[in-house]
Amino acid sequence: MTQPALLTVSDLRTYFYTGAGVARAVDGVSFTIGTGETLGIVGESGCGKSVTALSILRLVQQPGRIEPGSRIMFENQDLLQLDGAGIRRVRGNRIAMIFQEPMTALNPVFTVGDQIAEVARVHASASRRAAWDRAVEMLTMVGIPAPAERANQYPHQLSGGMRQRVLIAMALIMNPALVIADEPTTALDVTIQAQILELLADLQQRLGTSIAMITHDLGVIAEVASRVLVMYGGEVVEEARVETLFTEPHHPYTEGLLHAMPRVGRRQERLAVIPGSVPPPTAWPTGCRFRDRCAYAWDRCAREHPPLYQIGVGHVSRCHLADEPERRTARATAQVSPAAQAAVPGGGA
Amino acid sequence: MTDALRAPNAAPAPSAAAGVATGEPLLSISQLTKYFPIRRGLFGREAGAVRAVDGVSLQVGRGETLGIVGESGCGKTTLGRCILRLIEPTSGQIHFDGIDVRALDPASMRRLRRRMQIIFQDPFSSLNPRMTVGAIVREGLTIHKLAAGAEADNRVRQLLEEVGLRPEYASRYPHEFSGGQRQRIGIARALAVEPELIVCDEPVSALDVSVQAQVINLLQDLQRDRGLTYLFIAHDLSVVEHIATRVSVMYLGKIVELASAADVYREPVMPYTQALLSAVPVPDPAASRERIVLTGDVPSPANPPSGCVFHPRCPHPAKDAACTVIVPPLEEKAPGHVAACIKQPPTTVPWHAQQQAGATRQPERHLPLAAITHGVSP
Amino acid sequence: MTSGVRQDVLLASSAPDGGGAFDRTGATSPWRSALGTLARDRSAMTGLAILAALALIALAAPYVAPYDPRAQPDIVALKYLPPTLAHPFGTDHLSRDVLSRIIVGSRVSLSVAFLSVVVAATVGTGYGAIAGYVGGKLDGLMMRVVDALLSIPRVLLLIAVATLWNGLELAGLVLLLGLTGWFGVSRLVRTLVLSAREDEFVTAARALGATHTRILTHHILPQVVSPVLVAATLAIGNVIVIEAGLTFLGMGVQPPNASWGSVFYDGMRDVGAAWWISISAGAALVITVLAVNLVADGLREALNARQLPAR
Repeated sequence: MTQPALLTVSDLRTYFYTGAGVARAVDGVSFTIGTGETLGIVGESGCGKSVTALSILRLVQQPGRIEPGSRIMFENQDLLQLDGAGIRRVRGNRIAMIFQEPMTALNPVFTVGDQIAEVARVHASASRRAAWDRAVEMLTMVGIPAPAERANQYPHQLSGGMRQRVLIAMALIMNPALVIADEPTTALDVTIQAQILELLADLQQRLGTSIAMITHDLGVIAEVASRVLVMYGGEVVEEARVETLFTEPHHPYTEGLLHAMPRVGRRQERLAVIPGSVPPPTAWPTGCRFRDRCAYAWDRCAREHPPLYQIGVGHVSRCHLADEPERRTARATAQVSPAAQAAVPGGGA
Repeated sequence: MTDALRAPNAAPAPSAAAGVATGEPLLSISQLTKYFPIRRGLFGREAGAVRAVDGVSLQVGRGETLGIVGESGCGKTTLGRCILRLIEPTSGQIHFDGIDVRALDPASMRRLRRRMQIIFQDPFSSLNPRMTVGAIVREGLTIHKLAAGAEADNRVRQLLEEVGLRPEYASRYPHEFSGGQRQRIGIARALAVEPELIVCDEPVSALDVSVQAQVINLLQDLQRDRGLTYLFIAHDLSVVEHIATRVSVMYLGKIVELASAADVYREPVMPYTQALLSAVPVPDPAASRERIVLTGDVPSPANPPSGCVFHPRCPHPAKDAACTVIVPPLEEKAPGHVAACIKQPPTTVPWHAQQQAGATRQPERHLPLAAITHGVSP
Repeated sequence: MTSGVRQDVLLASSAPDGGGAFDRTGATSPWRSALGTLARDRSAMTGLAILAALALIALAAPYVAPYDPRAQPDIVALKYLPPTLAHPFGTDHLSRDVLSRIIVGSRVSLSVAFLSVVVAATVGTGYGAIAGYVGGKLDGLMMRVVDALLSIPRVLLLIAVATLWNGLELAGLVLLLGLTGWFGVSRLVRTLVLSAREDEFVTAARALGATHTRILTHHILPQVVSPVLVAATLAIGNVIVIEAGLTFLGMGVQPPNASWGSVFYDGMRDVGAAWWISISAGAALVITVLAVNLVADGLREALNARQLPAR
């Protein structure tokens, strides 16, 4: 917690100007990542977690725009103030990214060795020979058997897990200070996911890299993260150390997510649900953005947009329950009936 | 019943049931096989085959949910489609309520389809974008002449309500709905013809956690209200554990373990199942982090390993040369619990036979997951 | 890296996904919104307006044409008159009014083009759909046949047949152009059907017990309609030109009937003395083909755009 912050994002707003209105995909997000730390960013599709990641490297494209007033401080410079050449020097060099779909993130017409070496040639102006050697070295490091031969292969000749290892090699070749991993294991099978998570943890320990792990999977978060941001509706709704988040979640959304997950070895008769679905980013509800899916919501939630309340040390939550905790206990006792019924989106039936 | 236990090349299995529900099974398949030919060259010469499903036998009792888990490429989706003859199997038998499904002519097969339905993984590609929700749900009613006109409209409205959608949505098009809602539309389409068996092919894999729970609960409610039988195919072990009565684990086209959900999750016998279970990330930061990390990737089903298909990745301490030769029969390891592993006692492959195949290590019980607490079973 | 690709993913996942979309009343059918897109496409609407005007003129030709297109008032005194107010496009070698001949000729040119494309699209769709849907050996055989037919140059084939029959009735011309124009369409349709056959909702229809006819008509062919429509629209322009060419070579519409091709041909007899005849016919041809292409491009845009949310 007391590590010096490597990255400080403050009041990040990324809006998309679409025909259907302004989509406020990321709407006032602030957080820090410490040196050597793994920050988990968790949320469902449409919560803004991926746009947050892309915004850090300014990879958001038309019709998206990072709004003025946003700040992303990294190694004593505001990434949003850099010119094109400046941000390119950061991308892939000081901050690297690992994507979800290892097939589309690799160019099908170049060998994987070429693609890894390319990064070194661009950023370190390494010679062709030196860059290639470094690429093979990286493939060895990420645990690819017969790396010298593999380097000469094309992406389609590798399995999904191998391709993800190649992407990791590519991300780490410049020894970046921060790696942003956007759902790096979602497209992989569990046994391969286990390999990749293990590899990431191992590499982090050896290289001291900071990792921002973006995922929808709370299981992955629990395994790798030390601190967690929960996002909903383009905002951070809860932030806590990982142990705290899983044992004492404060925000009803976090609570709902934890209960909605079936868990191996803990068979329940019925899963708790969060009714409804995520509203479109062009029309977040007024007040609390989660209120129409929330079991606790009361009139104040519609009136007043909740700030991030301090719950404990390093634990904040965007919920008025922090102000009126008695409402939670009242609700909990009233909820003995199996009221968490087959929730109906749109409130029909 | 014994058929469910009989694996390729195996001697007749002991007459014990692998947790089969009582009474005549609704669905019974034996030695089901699907090879996809690999064609090469100008004239499409057959250059081999992908063994997507390789001699699968199982039974599903009325009202039960049989889970089928496995990683991508294990053949679980092909198996589901072969059972419905959406893909024509290469060989093997399928009996549905005593009817020999593979012997049916096209017209009889179409009639039988009313009784067995499917729900798909992808809520986007599985609905015709050019049809209204009403037309999609109504199609089965029209095909089987179950209702027409105003009566059909009423049925469609009822079905939409039953799956938790507003009846007015009937006039909308699929692209106007979210993933979870589209999945409900797919469920309503399947329910329209009042099926007895539904093959659920990864029905919640594409959905967000909160929506996934809604759909799982809906499937469970429907099963209770309508007495449905599910074949629930998924790669997510926690979802399968939640919904299934019995679970079968597939690897490279074969069933490698089959038992009641409680047994499979409490004491997985086949080393692959053990690794699969231990690989699932546990949403509990305090949980122990021991896990069996398999090395390497799943081999190509076009060229599966000899003997036990899992042997190249198997971490069992007694693994030896015999594993590369002997195809392990799916045999009973505990009452109602079958698995395919000649190194997990008891086994019907005697020691001298293993020795003949080059065995150097006696079978020994290897249950590494017993050490890793996965919570207390009910 | 490939941020472009990521952007698609991002937009797809952050796209309006929830309830807000349901507040609109009424449903938007994919066809209706495609029409809406088309209506906002200015160049497509211009093309459509031109085509509509041409079609109206063709329909009302006898009333619109200022003179009888066959009348030869004075072959000597009134031949090769340059454009004047009385004869905006001048007269030809037989003193006939060129404007009237072009107006009346548009009936032949447009109707032959339209009808033959309808024939080609129908035959091509049927053939391609069968090949793609049945698949296997039949597909291979049917496509080899198309390959063979495609290897014969179309104009050569047309000339051969036209010479054989020694001049054609209009119906013959339509059939001839139609029956030599479906090969490309059949290939297109076959490819589309092959991929549509694998669509999950087609599997769903099979699982429901739908017959082959129903699957084809309800689930597969509707997906083929828009690409075929675009291809057919483009083909109209092509066929107008071919018909003109055939007539120019003396194998299409026979004198004294007029079509754009025959007017063009008449002008070429003495293009030095009376250039306006061929230019007028050529201009009519070019404007029509251009308008058709504008509409085709607009259609393609509109129909493709609507297919996006389906994925």
